[in-house]
Amino acid sequence: MGLALLVIIWLITFFSTYFFVAQTWWLPHGAAKAAEFIDHQFALTYVLMGIVFVAAQGALGWLAWKYRDDGSSRKVEYSHGNTKLELIWTTLTAVLFVGLNLMGSHVWASERFEPAAAGSVPVEVTGMQFAWYFRYPGPDGKYGRTEAKLMDPSAGNDAAIGLDTTDPAAKDDVVTGTMYPPVKREVDITLRAVDVIHSFFVPSFRFKQDAVPGLAIHMHFTPTEIGEYEIPCAELCGLGHYKMHGMLHVVSQEDFDKWLAAREAEKQ
Amino acid sequence: MVAQDAHAHAGPQGFIRKYVFSLDHKVIGLQYYFLALAAVFVGMFLSLLMRIHMIWPTAILPLVGEIRPETYLQLLTMHGTIMVFFVLTTAPQSGFGNYFLPIQIGAPDMAFPVLNMLSFWTTFVAFVVMLAAFFAVGGAPLHGWTGYAPLSALTNSGPGEQLGADLWITSIAIFCIASLMGALNFITTVLDLRAKGMTMMRMPLTCWAWLITAILGLLAFGVLLSAGILLLLDRNLGTSFYVPLVVVNGQVMGHKGGSPLLWQHLFWFFGHPEVYIAILPGMGVASQLLSTFARKPIFGYKAMVYAIMAIGILGFVVWGHHMFMSGMSPYSAFAFSIMTMAIGVPSAIKTFNWLGTLYKAKIRFQTPMLYAIGFVSLFVSGGLSGPFLAQPVLDIPLHDTAFVVGHFHLIMGVAAIFGMFAGTYYWFPKMFGRMMNESLGRIHFVFTLIGTYCIFMPMHYLGMAGQPRRYSQFTEVAYLQHLMPLNRFITYAAFVTIAAQVIFVINLFWSMFKGPKASDNPWESTTLEWTTATPPPHDNFAGHTPVVYHGPYEYSVPGAAKDYVMQTDPAGVTAH
Repeated sequence: MGLALLVIIWLITFFSTYFFVAQTWWLPHGAAKAAEFIDHQFALTYVLMGIVFVAAQGALGWLAWKYRDDGSSRKVEYSHGNTKLELIWTTLTAVLFVGLNLMGSHVWASERFEPAAAGSVPVEVTGMQFAWYFRYPGPDGKYGRTEAKLMDPSAGNDAAIGLDTTDPAAKDDVVTGTMYPPVKREVDITLRAVDVIHSFFVPSFRFKQDAVPGLAIHMHFTPTEIGEYEIPCAELCGLGHYKMHGMLHVVSQEDFDKWLAAREAEKQ
Repeated sequence: MVAQDAHAHAGPQGFIRKYVFSLDHKVIGLQYYFLALAAVFVGMFLSLLMRIHMIWPTAILPLVGEIRPETYLQLLTMHGTIMVFFVLTTAPQSGFGNYFLPIQIGAPDMAFPVLNMLSFWTTFVAFVVMLAAFFAVGGAPLHGWTGYAPLSALTNSGPGEQLGADLWITSIAIFCIASLMGALNFITTVLDLRAKGMTMMRMPLTCWAWLITAILGLLAFGVLLSAGILLLLDRNLGTSFYVPLVVVNGQVMGHKGGSPLLWQHLFWFFGHPEVYIAILPGMGVASQLLSTFARKPIFGYKAMVYAIMAIGILGFVVWGHHMFMSGMSPYSAFAFSIMTMAIGVPSAIKTFNWLGTLYKAKIRFQTPMLYAIGFVSLFVSGGLSGPFLAQPVLDIPLHDTAFVVGHFHLIMGVAAIFGMFAGTYYWFPKMFGRMMNESLGRIHFVFTLIGTYCIFMPMHYLGMAGQPRRYSQFTEVAYLQHLMPLNRFITYAAFVTIAAQVIFVINLFWSMFKGPKASDNPWESTTLEWTTATPPPHDNFAGHTPVVYHGPYEYSVPGAAKDYVMQTDPAGVTAH
């Protein structure tokens, strides 16, 4: 049975590790500025944890087989442990874990402590059961007022987020169901939810943030590649959670300007 | 410490007092065990329906009918809740703990037998109320076992959020009360009822685990109870603890100014220690069994005790790592993250010591030991995905994906269940006076170990590829399509693994009546439960109180007559 355990544990270890190393299933292609570092930190963590994983499972299987009771008169080593080894192991683990953590912290800081830089593109993202709406403040740079009692999800867009059209600042606001950010510009996001918690998740951007009713959460990201990206909701929000799905079309600055101008024209 | 005589009570007469409303900790332990066994089959069946729906979303199942997306979420909620509360909290701590903690420390019963009976029957009521949610109008709630507000706090946020959700939270509140009673009893018993010579540092590691778990329960369940009551008030009396001004499907709700994050803080202040409530007893059992079947003292007993304590203490300051993406201050993420990485250190110490125990040992591979080794393997696998999730930057892509589901199922689900299997195969002879079948045990082990890895390891790959959790089907998101083969594989693996559990059930019940008679100490263990009759008499030690001379794991002592020295053996260990 010792040999069987060795074989089973080693096989499990081999197959588990193989699919990680072969990257058969992996993070989607990164298409935003944060992706490079996050992927790097991910790879580093996974190499280190992978080594510990293989070493620990390998040792477990080997020890089980090597020190099986084979009926011989071999003496068991009578020992209650080894404090020196214990201390070395503890220190190594502490350094590894805490060090790994500190290495990743500056990216977290730059992503979450700093507000978006001046000149970024403002977009307000609103989540509701079961859709995302995106609002651009228009030429005046100001979001118009929204009112809870004006919200009518069945009417979509402006009415869905309860835009108060009597507010002058609301006149040039553009509300859409698909997000169009220009490439290589920082996008300044204001994240809201009207009913329950949703989560704005863009796997390709390595971006995720919950949208919480009652809070306006400020976030930012910078898309680096033109293309279409999916936004699956990542916080359980009700029966339609699985189909709460938005699209993000990253376009060139030129296309973005054209698109926004066309939307503004529709409003007049 | 020896106020035991006051607690001795006569053996009960009559079926009701003996088996139903029993004051005997052994009967109560078995009642908890069988409650958890019933619950685990309910929970497992729900997970099977979920897996079927994920890959065949339109299938009409016999007896069950069509599983709609909301039905899926109801299954998911009830699966999580039943497994966490009525299985992972109930069997390892209340089941085995009740039965063996008093015997292992040499006490005739728990400190408060009536309270003990009350806590079991309160748990039973909680379970009935939980199951009743299935039959409420609108069905069971769909807000997940974490019940995030406002989804859980509004009655019109989805099907099942009416009476079903009220029953759900009421059941959890009742469960909290039961757990608080149990925790008090465990702590008092350990502190006051230890036999002569049973110093704290001579207690088996199982007892240490049950003690620390009880302390965690005492501190955590009180908070969940309060949080649950506030949730009931929000739902039924129009208060706004968790709900700000919200508009559900165009309808302005009457709430104002509440904080959805408050629920998350309170919930996870309970929820993270709960993870350790589930796994610490398993660690205790694994330690006990590795030493016993390796015929070698546990490597670093003191380090093991301190590691359990450290895990217990740190377990209370890491709850925020569930909330990195919640909108909580990003600065506090730093603190929670460092603490979380720190909790990996005592966990690593334990793993190191388990491996150290096997080194230069002489291992006997009976079924209990197979499960103990499986526990270590799963603990390593489930533990090492922790440092990914503990780093806020890596949590960005991984949070709320299948990666998390794989992580916590391996470590607090399957590893904890391996602890229970190990405990079952190990203590079965003591509890029922008969041996379980070894061949069936081995077959069950091989299928379960390989099967659970096949289910939960691929979830890490799915999560890296961005598959969100709690999706009833993957039809609406384009990039999830190429992951379907892997999802199918997981469902097939679940079928096989669940089918293999039938082997366990057959072995359990067949051996109870037909297994070969067990001797008093079939594994040649050293702890007190193996010094008494099989099964133990009503007062555990038939009138006499054991006296303890040694630590719990004196195996292969040089010069000793046998390769183990009982804790009650006055002769023996001199080198110690």
